[in-house]
Amino acid sequence: MSGSITYLEAIREAQYDALRNDPAVFLYGQDIDTFGGAFKATKNLGKEFPGRVFDSPISEDAMVGLAIGAAIEGARPIVEMQFADFSSIGFNQIINQAATLYWRTETPCPLTIRLPSGGTAGSGPFHSQSMEAIYAHYPGLVILTPATVEDAYWMLLDSVELNDPVIFCEHKFLYYHLKAESIGERSLPIGKARIARPGRHATVVTYSAMVHDAIRAAEELQLDGYQIEVVDLRSVKPMDTDTILGSVARTGRLLAVGEAFPWGGVTAEVISRVASEGFHLLDAPPMRLNAKDTPIPYHPNLWKAHRPTVASIAGALRNLLRY
Amino acid sequence: MTIPPYFAKKKPVSASPVTTSSKRTSSVYSTDFQEQYLNALYYMRLSRMLEEKLGALYRAGGRIVGGVYLGKGQEAFAAAMGVQLRMGKDVYGPLIRDQAGRLAFGEPIIETLRTYLGAATGPMRGRDGNIHRGRPREGYMAMISHLGSLLSVVAGALFARRLKGTLGDSIGATSVGDGGTSTGAFHEGMNLAAVEKLPLIVSIANNQYAYSTPNTRQYACENLVDRAKGYGVHGEHIDATDLAACLTAFRGAAARAKAGEGPQIVVGTLLRLAGHGEHDDASYIPDKKRHTHEARDCIEVAAKFAMEQGWVSETALTTQMEEIRRLIDQTVAKVSKEPAPDPFKENWQALSTAGLVEGQNP
Repeated sequence: MSGSITYLEAIREAQYDALRNDPAVFLYGQDIDTFGGAFKATKNLGKEFPGRVFDSPISEDAMVGLAIGAAIEGARPIVEMQFADFSSIGFNQIINQAATLYWRTETPCPLTIRLPSGGTAGSGPFHSQSMEAIYAHYPGLVILTPATVEDAYWMLLDSVELNDPVIFCEHKFLYYHLKAESIGERSLPIGKARIARPGRHATVVTYSAMVHDAIRAAEELQLDGYQIEVVDLRSVKPMDTDTILGSVARTGRLLAVGEAFPWGGVTAEVISRVASEGFHLLDAPPMRLNAKDTPIPYHPNLWKAHRPTVASIAGALRNLLRY
Repeated sequence: MTIPPYFAKKKPVSASPVTTSSKRTSSVYSTDFQEQYLNALYYMRLSRMLEEKLGALYRAGGRIVGGVYLGKGQEAFAAAMGVQLRMGKDVYGPLIRDQAGRLAFGEPIIETLRTYLGAATGPMRGRDGNIHRGRPREGYMAMISHLGSLLSVVAGALFARRLKGTLGDSIGATSVGDGGTSTGAFHEGMNLAAVEKLPLIVSIANNQYAYSTPNTRQYACENLVDRAKGYGVHGEHIDATDLAACLTAFRGAAARAKAGEGPQIVVGTLLRLAGHGEHDDASYIPDKKRHTHEARDCIEVAAKFAMEQGWVSETALTTQMEEIRRLIDQTVAKVSKEPAPDPFKENWQALSTAGLVEGQNP
């Protein structure tokens, strides 16, 4: 893909604009000031906005706690987790403090937590995880999984403006590989799914980096005469059930694809909603494709076989279409 | 002696050491100290009576929704911190044994009772209970059950104020017990507050038992105050059954926090004079412990001291107690008539953005 702005640069741009637009915004995270963050998502922001970009101690629990306290006072913090995997240390603050705050006390909690998520070859079990499902399980959180440069920018800006805690799952594989000519106009609000590719023979519902693999699989099946519709969830919570059901109504077949572990999770939620609300729309049993039920392997040979790929998505679609 | 009104404006804490003599006595305590002492004593007594009422209602059954966790024996330590704080200006993150501190901070007893009796009119509206109550937007943080996790939240509120330029001489204060100091959240929060050099008082009530677990199974340092050095903050250890010692420590801590000296740890040794909750008979506390210095009733000690100093008469204390009883009874009666939460009127909405709530239209 050619282009002049990467997914990562869009995330940096969104943070730049959020800092510029609103003095209540500040950034808090490990190595994000002078160093610009482990992935350079905050490159130069400390210099451009002195006193508003803070290096934190390696204390994910306290980082989130501080951001919650600041949000209570009307600030709009953006917390960078160095890797999504490490947010497990801040889990308690996220799900018990931030997520319950509004319900318990009617106090809004405008907090954005950025989670560099998903697998890249060689990253291994503790730098590759996808945490969206585990956070989506808890009431009181909004979980976003942008798949495009445009969404990376606009949804991050929207997150900062939202008066609720947002878990912003940005995919590390897309950081450098995904490029666009420009950021583009804002198209859809948070909570709406996008038809990433129209089709009529089967629907793939997916999100984040898997959107691109699903599109490539759909292109492969087009050679055999199949038109596959790809739905990009964009936001896994809230989940846009209407758009999913609308697509399944057109195609009659559903494959839910996710990079995360197979037990429960986003794909199970998609299948469950379609089975209970759109059973009559289905011409075949709905299918799921996820990573394997092991920790994420380190070596590229194992890693590629652990997660869904263009080939395995295409294979699953052929099975679905044969039914 | 008059009963302080609710939300009473407290005099700002003097940053100067307590050296001035009172005109009324030859005491070494300043009139400001004396006023704070009597305020604290009032809140301690109000807290004790209120909690005794809650315990009685709990044991009678049917009235109290959920558990009852009392601060008996910890009133001096809690109130001494509470009277340093100004509601609307300072940030307070109390824990389960801080009823006296909550009252001293400015919580009216009706808020306590509405929460315990499950009235929809209370600050938590039936959505959360009892000791979890608070009004975060007013700087009164609402604890969750995970110990130590409020420390970084109080720090964050101060951090935001500093960023906005509205910190002024505001301070934050939060509490844990001996058990709470063993959590990762306590360590992370304490270290972060120290790194950010925030004006935060952290009180550690060492009541010697975390539920049933004794100090020997909780930490291995000699005294919890030793940890202050490790965090690079000022620490002090006091006899928390002595209100004067508690006030002196928290006045000093507040003054140092306001002077920009960063977080302050105050460790108080005492004994919880009740079970962990009212469901617990505390049979794990050996009898000999109940006769130690730490088992002194801080309220009796404080009242005796105030009378010895000539700050208050026994008659005034008796009158005050009658007024406290009347206030509690009247408030219980009022709250008892208030409505319970109605599931059909509940909006079941965990997000403030209505349009993003699943299953509901924007």
